[in-house]
Amino acid sequence: MRATWWLRNPRYFLFMVREFSSVFVAAFLVLFLLQIRGLRAGAEVYQEYLERLHEPGWIAFHAVAFLFAMYHSLTWFDLTSKIQVVRLGRTVVNRRIVAGLNILAWLVVSGGIFLYWTRG
Amino acid sequence: MKASTSRSTIKLEVTRYRPSVDSEPHDQSYEIPCTDDMVVLDALNYIKDRVDGTLSFRWSCHMGVCGSCGVMVNGQPKLSCAIFLRDYKREPIHIEPLTNFPIIRDLVTDITDFMTKLKAVKPWIIRKKEKPLSEGEYRQSAEELERYHQFSGCINCMLCYSACPVYGLHPGFLGPAAAALAYRYNLDSRDQGNDERQPAIASQEGIWECTFVGECTVVCPKDVDPAAALQRSKVATAQSLLGSFILPRASGKSATEGSS
Amino acid sequence: MDQIQHDIILVGGGAAGLRAAIAALEETPRLSVALVSKVYPMRSHTVSAEGGSAAVVRDYDSLELHARDTVKGSDFLADQDAVEAFVAEAPGEIVQIEHWGCPWSRDPDGRVSVRAFGGMSVKRTVYASDKTGFHMLHALFQTSLKYDQLTRDDEFFVTSLLGEDGACRGVVAWDIRGGRFICLVARTVILCTGGAGRIFPFTTNGAIKTGDGMALAYRAGVPLKDMEFVQYHPTGLPGTGILITEASRGEGGYLLNAKGDRFMSEYAPNKKELAARDVISRAIVDEMQAGRTFDGPYGNYVHLDLRHLGEAAINKKLPFVRELTRNYVGLDPVVDPIPVRPVVHYMMGGVHTDMSGSTPLSGLYAAGEVACVTINGANRLGSNSLTECLVFGARAGAAAARYAAEASQPRTESLLQLAAQEERRVREKFLERKGGKERIVDLREEMHRVMESGAGIYRNETDLKETCRVLRDLREKFDHLASIDKEQVFNTELTAVLELDFMIDVAETVAQSALRRHESRGSHARTDYKERDDSRHPNHFLVTHTPEGPRFDDLPVCITRFQPEKRSY
Ligand SMILES: Cc1cc2nc3c(=O)[nH]c(=O)nc-3n(C[C@H](O)[C@H](O)[C@H](O)COP(=O)(O)OP(=O)(O)OC[C@H]3O[C@@H](n4cnc5c(N)ncnc54)[C@H](O)[C@@H]3O)c2cc1C
Ligand code: SF4
Ligand code: FES
Repeated sequence: MRATWWLRNPRYFLFMVREFSSVFVAAFLVLFLLQIRGLRAGAEVYQEYLERLHEPGWIAFHAVAFLFAMYHSLTWFDLTSKIQVVRLGRTVVNRRIVAGLNILAWLVVSGGIFLYWTRG
Repeated sequence: MKASTSRSTIKLEVTRYRPSVDSEPHDQSYEIPCTDDMVVLDALNYIKDRVDGTLSFRWSCHMGVCGSCGVMVNGQPKLSCAIFLRDYKREPIHIEPLTNFPIIRDLVTDITDFMTKLKAVKPWIIRKKEKPLSEGEYRQSAEELERYHQFSGCINCMLCYSACPVYGLHPGFLGPAAAALAYRYNLDSRDQGNDERQPAIASQEGIWECTFVGECTVVCPKDVDPAAALQRSKVATAQSLLGSFILPRASGKSATEGSS
Repeated sequence: MDQIQHDIILVGGGAAGLRAAIAALEETPRLSVALVSKVYPMRSHTVSAEGGSAAVVRDYDSLELHARDTVKGSDFLADQDAVEAFVAEAPGEIVQIEHWGCPWSRDPDGRVSVRAFGGMSVKRTVYASDKTGFHMLHALFQTSLKYDQLTRDDEFFVTSLLGEDGACRGVVAWDIRGGRFICLVARTVILCTGGAGRIFPFTTNGAIKTGDGMALAYRAGVPLKDMEFVQYHPTGLPGTGILITEASRGEGGYLLNAKGDRFMSEYAPNKKELAARDVISRAIVDEMQAGRTFDGPYGNYVHLDLRHLGEAAINKKLPFVRELTRNYVGLDPVVDPIPVRPVVHYMMGGVHTDMSGSTPLSGLYAAGEVACVTINGANRLGSNSLTECLVFGARAGAAAARYAAEASQPRTESLLQLAAQEERRVREKFLERKGGKERIVDLREEMHRVMESGAGIYRNETDLKETCRVLRDLREKFDHLASIDKEQVFNTELTAVLELDFMIDVAETVAQSALRRHESRGSHARTDYKERDDSRHPNHFLVTHTPEGPRFDDLPVCITRFQPEKRSY
């Protein structure tokens, strides 16, 4: 098989994008860990770290990472709905509904956390 | 009726490979008369009968159920008896043998590997104790049937293996159809062979090789959904592993389905 | 040439062959059995059977009733002892294959479901959605994988039987993939090679159904029986000949002519669309001749109307019908009537066997569509033949296993010489021939043309004589075939020639037998002998190959309980 196999078909390509999106998710997590370390090292270091994050490069990185994280999450819910069989009595619930409900639940929880965080 | 192109002839590029004369596969062009109700297989048969009798390919039923006639049409795995020329607007149409398999000749590929893997997953009903015939059939409810029915529809056409990049990169991988059939028996209320199938399914080259590209399900002409079978087998295997830590012997049929 | 030795060689991996293989190994587990098939077993044409498999599995039904329906369906040409054995063993076989995992459709109480079928007076056809043959074949094939004593020779094409001292002792096979001949010797051989629908132009039969086993046996001097009886199925898609299963009428579908009338009420007032197949196919042709059918690019047709069944029932019970109609004629049976016309479907005739599947040639057995026991007589009832493959496959397998236990070791030396002769024949005659000018496709089409015009639904002396004459000419033309592909590996032009060679033999026995049967019975309708003739018949015709041409013998039908009476539906 050629190394370019994933360019042969758009679905292979999207699969690779999804795999690739993990890189950004991971990078974001590393950054987050650094942030925690900064916090532990004292207010000054932490402030410095936060300021660095205001540089356009980092903002761009976060924007891209956010998009990839969204893509990863949405496709994750889409994929799990293919795996999970939800039965209501005798009928199997359409997987799109399952995926939709999962995404909805995810939005609600995220929204809740966001509110808690901005209020508090 | 579907959209018509009303072409009177069509150009095809077909892979040729005859081991005694060719060192490697090459393309050959043909231009043949065609009508709107011709499938790709009809075109191949036209060539074989009237243009070049040496072109070789497999087919039998001409109704999409024997699973013999899979080829790549413009890079996509298809049953040649179930795909119409009229649906391909651009010429020439490229016809190649299924990818990921060794080529025997022209469009004929070697599927021995699948036959070995199929046997390895023990695709038959395994019972701890056989019920005598005199006691009649096993009762099976419509829901119990429905659980595995989709996965029993596999015609072994190998399109999914052709579509699977994991199989292309690691030919040792059990692959979609064999995994789907293993899962089909695991889900069958008459079967008790889950544990016996597990070594082949959960081995290094079994279901865990699958990275869920999902293309097998896209190309499957019979809506078997092997990708789902693979993922659900992973969940079921993980669950029964967990289960065996917590509660030895907790693997029933509902655990097999992997969720819900 | 390599020589391989087994106890039993099975030729053919369809329902009959696989059932026979398992039966032989269950009878005598230590046997070495080889399953030789020109396609992978799961590609066998059993795979295309849709409607179901008949057996008495309900209290309201009885063996006697199943036997009576079958005998009446056969127009009193079935051998009634065979029919009785068949109906008695059918229910057990259905349970057996259920235990092997066949996904039969189920009733709410978990029992296997039954549906109505043509010529059956009650619901007794067990089914797996509308892919019954597919599911049975895969269940049998997958079950066969658990027997390690079973060797498979996939994609081996048998070109002739091997015999010594008046017994069959093996076969010569062309290994399609390896491109070489192999001499397979055995104590006994079972033929399960299926039917011969491909001798006709318009058929539901797949490319592999070329009558090989019939011709193999015929050439080995074994008589063929009832070859004149060819079943037309009333409902094939025009053009492709793809079958729309009888289950669609069993589930309540109507046949309508161009005026929108349910014309079957004229021809079969009681059973209407569920009359026997010969009756309905003739009715459609009569409607065509009366000008009450539709005109299409592939000939006249009538409508099969399923719309009133509703989408849910169609999806549940006839999903494959919907898939096929949508794919191949671009119509949806939920909203459109389906165009259909009669199509060649099944060979009632075949290799003459007794009830254990044994043929007059010692050591040779046959079962399935290739064989003629006969439970089908002049017209098979739909859904009896899958069951026949199981019942008589199992019988032949077990009988052959017992025979193998007694039979002596084959004499390998002399058999190898015979095989070498066969190899020479095929190589000289086909593979290495220098060009004549006849093309395979032209000869095949000529055969198709005359089989349809002379040996179709309605037959008469003049047309049949013409058919026989043209077939004789074809034999001669066959000797002037153009040269073919010389490649050894996967030479499908060679197999096509070998199949055509077999088909011409089979076509000839069909036409010759039809010419000699001076009556109308079941699927054999003579316009010059319109009535059934019980004074000289019921008799089977046995046709035997001789150097001077086919020889015909009468064989009386076995009648146990059901005296011939007028047949109406
Ligand atoms: C479209 C269709 C629908 C049908 N529906 C029904 C139904 O609903 N109910 C019913 O009861 N019946 C039905 N029938 C009839 C029934 O399916 C067949 O009669 C039956 O399946 C025949 O099985 P078999 O095992 O005899 O042969 P097949 O399944 O045809 O198998 C023949 C085998 O022989 C092998 N073979 C042939 N020649 C050679 C050779 N020269 N060398 C090596 N191997 C060879 C082939 O490879 C194959 O494995 C249907 C038939 C058709 C065509
Ligand atoms: S799972 Fe689908 S694509 Fe794969 S072999 Fe079976 S029918 Fe073909
Ligand atoms: S020819 Fe049988 S699936 Fe295409």
